[in-house]
Amino acid sequence: MNLTTRSFRTFTQLAALAAILGIAGCHHKTAAAPEPAPPQETAAAPTATLSADPLAIDLGQSVVLNWRTENATAVTIDGIGSVNLNGTTNASPSTSTNFHLTATGPGGSTEASVRVTVRIPEVPTAPTAGPADQTDDTLFHQNVQDVFFDYDSSDIRPDAATSIAAAAAFLTAHPSAKVLIGGYCDDRGSAEYNLALGETRANAAKNALVAAGVDASRLRVISYGKEKQFCTDENDACWQQNRRAQFSLDR
Amino acid sequence: MQMARMLTPHTYAPSRTLRRFCVVVFAISFGVQAHAQDWVHIESSNGVDRIRIAAAGFKPLSSDPATTGYKHLFDLTLYSDLNSAGIFDLVSQSLAPMSEPGTPAEMAVAQWSAAPASAAMVAFGSLNVIGGNIVVDGWLYDTHNTVDPKVLGQQYSEPASDESTRHIAHEFADEIILRLGGGLPGIAETHIFYVNEQGGNKEIWEMDYDGQEQHQITRLGTITLSPRISPDGNRLAFASLGHDGWNIRVFSMLLGRMVSFPAIGGTNLSPAWSSDGRQIAFSSSRSGDPEIYIGDEAGNNLRRITAYVGPDVSPVWNPRTNSQLAWISGRTGLPQLYIMDSDGTNVQRMTDGGYATSPSWSPNGQFIAFAWDRKYGPGVPGGQDIYVMEVATRKWIQLTHDTGRCDFPSWSPDGRHIVFESGSGKSSDIWTMLADGTGRHKLTTNGTGTMPNWSWR
Repeated sequence: MNLTTRSFRTFTQLAALAAILGIAGCHHKTAAAPEPAPPQETAAAPTATLSADPLAIDLGQSVVLNWRTENATAVTIDGIGSVNLNGTTNASPSTSTNFHLTATGPGGSTEASVRVTVRIPEVPTAPTAGPADQTDDTLFHQNVQDVFFDYDSSDIRPDAATSIAAAAAFLTAHPSAKVLIGGYCDDRGSAEYNLALGETRANAAKNALVAAGVDASRLRVISYGKEKQFCTDENDACWQQNRRAQFSLDR
Repeated sequence: MQMARMLTPHTYAPSRTLRRFCVVVFAISFGVQAHAQDWVHIESSNGVDRIRIAAAGFKPLSSDPATTGYKHLFDLTLYSDLNSAGIFDLVSQSLAPMSEPGTPAEMAVAQWSAAPASAAMVAFGSLNVIGGNIVVDGWLYDTHNTVDPKVLGQQYSEPASDESTRHIAHEFADEIILRLGGGLPGIAETHIFYVNEQGGNKEIWEMDYDGQEQHQITRLGTITLSPRISPDGNRLAFASLGHDGWNIRVFSMLLGRMVSFPAIGGTNLSPAWSSDGRQIAFSSSRSGDPEIYIGDEAGNNLRRITAYVGPDVSPVWNPRTNSQLAWISGRTGLPQLYIMDSDGTNVQRMTDGGYATSPSWSPNGQFIAFAWDRKYGPGVPGGQDIYVMEVATRKWIQLTHDTGRCDFPSWSPDGRHIVFESGSGKSSDIWTMLADGTGRHKLTTNGTGTMPNWSWR
């Protein structure tokens, strides 16, 4: 039954933990200890820990910073300022940030830090390019144009065949160019099937380029299904825009 | 104790009932196919087989606000668990006696068996907070047995919190359901894994079966889909978009981190565990076309079992035998539902048209739930709904109507419930319902929930 197996699992986990702690603690001193040195008169050094929950967020979300110190009289966190000796606070960094804490006391000072990662959402286009790359990209997209498909189909239509022929000619003339082919579907239909359909569309475009003489090792395929859309209107024109194989320079 | 066993007059075999119910249902749907009408509204199962049970408010043993708060949460959760179980006719609050007996001595059975409650069974008990722990004493009484009415008597104790209060109510409800539901465990402690969209990314989240305790599991910072929890609850498999494309990846629920799974090339999608947890089926296009592969639980010893041009995706095992799979294939055009043996032979097409996707095989092996748009086509407005098909006869019944685009049904482990996504436009939420289409209610509310997967226990 649910209860029994979960209790049993907890019990074995606790038993294992107890065994580990028991082993770590079983450390008998057999030799006689030397005389201890007289106690020092100086104050103890401060200690500090700083944690963040969660450690990774999306842009716009916030994290909870949590810190504990001992033997400290003043605590500061960069970017926040002076804070209590122990405490929590919220933070909403707009970029990945190292939060850095300094704790000072009569015994000295210590530091603690924690890194929070901020995820910035991606856009479904080719990676950002430098100035030289931009000419390459423009030239590429002029000559290697996306091909479009009928609904529920991955067949290369006549208009697509024309684009493929032009693309193959360009790629043959620029043998160092590598191509990433993305397969897309319109947003009707089901997520899993659309990923598989997007795959067959991208593969159809790839096979057509190979048949036109482009080496297969230069072509890489990724399906996006209906996960990344070029437009979001619910009409035939937009759905056609989304049923495509997209070509981009693969860097 | 022999006496105790005789105290449960209403035990019955749910599979027998479900079968009987479904014979009625399919008789209706078979008749409907001959008419122009597309669907029939099926009333929930005839009241004869549902046990009339009352859940008394539990007696709080101290009057401080914390205990009162936990008592209200416990009562609410227990009531909701029994109400949604699918096997009870729960006495409504307006008909139940106001008394809250905290012990057997305080229980006056005649009050509960008399009208208007007319309960055959009554659950009651007490709740207290002692030394930082919630302590609940719960009983289940058979009101028609005046000599020895006790069916159940249990004590629960957990560190006090809202979550543990709900958990105790779930445990008690499951105990009642197990005892009165013919030996099939209840689902009150099960979980649902699903996809949640945030800021352009999709991650896997988990929640209790009733929509409580929604929390994030994966933090991969990309698009992650098709969560499938393993039968032992230890590993969560899914398909995630990395720099090199889609791969099946696995998260260890025990270790709280990703564990390795082979990346075999191509686009890899829709993992599915066999019910013994020893094999995984999934779709891979490593050969240049999406086909169904089966490997062991670590993703090794792969063998391919389909070989037709066209997308093959969304495999699911017959959990009763693990020797059959259902899956979706576009080999003839629009995606259709197929079944085959696990070596790829004996392929049978199950749907006769339309756009069919997202199969889920019922725990008893007899039914497949799936999403179907029977009027799919360019320019033709089609509605996608959840259907259930009987595997042996291919007779089907439509469960959802006019509630938006429905997809990704997933059976509960007791075979009495189905969780699914439903939405319109960009918005989608996770819903649950009984396997006959009634009792539908929403579990998520953000409009960002899709692709639910019900845990095995």
